[in-house]
Amino acid sequence: MIRQFTQSEFLFILASARWTLLLTVMSMLLGGLLGFLVALARTSRLAPLRALAAGWIGVIQGVPVLMLLFLSYYGLALAGFDLPPLIAATVSMALYASGFLGEIWRGSIQAVPWQQWEASSALAFSRPQQYRYVILPQAMRIAIPPTVGFLVQLVKNTSIVSIIGVVELARAGNLVNNATFQPFKVFGTVAAIYFVICWPISLLARRLEGRLHARRAG
Amino acid sequence: MPVVQVEGVHKRFGAVEVLKGIDLAVEGGEVVAIIGRSGSGKSTLLRCINGLEQIQSGRIEVSGHSIDPSGKGLRELRKDVGIVFQSYNLFPHLRVGENIMLAPRIVLGVSKAEARSRAEETLAEVGLAERFDAWPDNLSGGQQQRVAIARSLAMRPKVMLFDEVTSALDPELTGEVLATMERLARHGMTMLLVTHEMGFARRVATTTVFMHQGKVWEMGPSERIFGAPETPELRQFLGGGLK
Amino acid sequence: MGFQFQFQPVFARMDALLDGLWLTLQLAGIGILCGALLGILLAMLRGLGGRATRILVDAYVELVRNTPFLVQLLIIFFGMPSIGIRLSAEQAALSAIILNLGAYATEIVRAGIESVHRSQIEAGLSLAMTRWQVFRHVVLAPALARVWPALSSQFVLMMLSTSVCSFISVQELSAQAANVESETFRSFEVYITVTLIYLALAILLRLLLAGLGAVLFPAGSGLGRLRGQVGR
Repeated sequence: MIRQFTQSEFLFILASARWTLLLTVMSMLLGGLLGFLVALARTSRLAPLRALAAGWIGVIQGVPVLMLLFLSYYGLALAGFDLPPLIAATVSMALYASGFLGEIWRGSIQAVPWQQWEASSALAFSRPQQYRYVILPQAMRIAIPPTVGFLVQLVKNTSIVSIIGVVELARAGNLVNNATFQPFKVFGTVAAIYFVICWPISLLARRLEGRLHARRAG
Repeated sequence: MPVVQVEGVHKRFGAVEVLKGIDLAVEGGEVVAIIGRSGSGKSTLLRCINGLEQIQSGRIEVSGHSIDPSGKGLRELRKDVGIVFQSYNLFPHLRVGENIMLAPRIVLGVSKAEARSRAEETLAEVGLAERFDAWPDNLSGGQQQRVAIARSLAMRPKVMLFDEVTSALDPELTGEVLATMERLARHGMTMLLVTHEMGFARRVATTTVFMHQGKVWEMGPSERIFGAPETPELRQFLGGGLK
Repeated sequence: MGFQFQFQPVFARMDALLDGLWLTLQLAGIGILCGALLGILLAMLRGLGGRATRILVDAYVELVRNTPFLVQLLIIFFGMPSIGIRLSAEQAALSAIILNLGAYATEIVRAGIESVHRSQIEAGLSLAMTRWQVFRHVVLAPALARVWPALSSQFVLMMLSTSVCSFISVQELSAQAANVESETFRSFEVYITVTLIYLALAILLRLLLAGLGAVLFPAGSGLGRLRGQVGR
């Protein structure tokens, strides 16, 4: 039986956005943690660590998010974990985020003028102290705009996990479309919800970037 | 009939009136120097004559082409008016020769061979014949500025405008550019130049115009302007600040 | 743990994977070429056109950049037939790829165009060039040289995103991987293999684009010096 696209279908789609958001937040936190380690390794004084981190970034940025998803999904099962798809989804999105955030933050750390390293070692700071008190506070300011910008990519890419059965926005749209056959309305609604989530973040990223440039130029 | 005729030109940037009714005529073969403090409107006047700035009222006519506030017929006018800027503005992605050949090729539609011979000719005129295949970045500022002059000359303009062309140059590079301009003047080119080089203006310009507060404050033969300034503003300008 | 990797069944179906790879290459190749051209065209229109053009182009760019590629694909694949435009899955996929990359390319090229200094444009205008001539001969090449690396990264991302087209049963590499998986039940082995193929493809594409950049904007030339000055 073909159903109409009514308020209840709309609410079903809208409600599914919570999974999109939850997935985004969890993978941002997890991926951020991992990405931070990647960035530190990438700027380390130990060449093997740097190479490892560079390899990690190269691989993550060189394969489709869809493959990361399948590998996480089947890999976790192989390893003997019987976990809900949401966990595999989070793991894959976190892996994806770690590669991109790691690279963004490497750039931010290296954008801090090298004289800052020199000045702080002249004051007999240890390497962790240099990071903690001198480099990271400055790198963070540089990192915020592109990090916020990446958040948009993350939100959009969570749509891919619909294929392993997580009923987030895209999957909800698919289910409703199968029942109503009103693709323009249904996917238009889905797109609109994504847009409402992503656009403000994009604008924020742009404003932060503008402000950063203004401050640096000034 | 004058080559350049400026009548009652007014120019505003927002609420600020930069040109407050300018009248000026330049005869063929004349070299006119425009001097004055920064902010007096001299560079703006030059940019108006090339149509890079739109005027609010008045009329500018160059060798039969006129610009009015509507901005029509600009391209025809620009074919006859060359302008050289303070910052050279060579095209970084083109070699020296290509920089010069581009406009004759695409604007005037001359053949490649003709454009090339024009480029070689004008480069020789500015003394850089051997730098035809160089990249702009590899030239000194003075050389870049001379290429910019050659680029304008290749369009065979009826009048050349020079907008503080030596201001961005180190003192030791200024001389070569001024020498190039002086040679051009001797060959009979009609020239209008905004400059801070008072010695050059006095020696080369037939007429000097002193602009002050958006108006032509005083003008006349260069000898008279520098030798016997009439207004206190010009006397102060020549006496203070600049030697 | 009793599990043992078995790649043999996967390699036995390599023909299917290669079929998929070929379609992936076609989607990516045509998509990148057309998407890049669309981006240059729209960035140009945005620069030369009036207010209305600018608003339309910006709206397109923002809409595409703030919604998932998957949803754009679904709208085109399922939506177009409902307004009477029949598209095969491959045609829908290619349209979505071009429209998606076109928006990103527009944004990147626009940044390149805006990085060309105003004085360059004035120099062109003062030589009596038309606005179009100034764009074509003075602005475009330096703009592209400046953003080439950013553009290249976007091309690689787009190539990887073609995998999403498997959602509408386009038989490219990822879809073929799923086929082989359902025949062999060697899920992890299949996806490891295909992941490595994508990785190799990404590396090759990066090399190819870097090579192309070196040819288009040779080091030592005026353009070579501009290459990559405007980042992402």
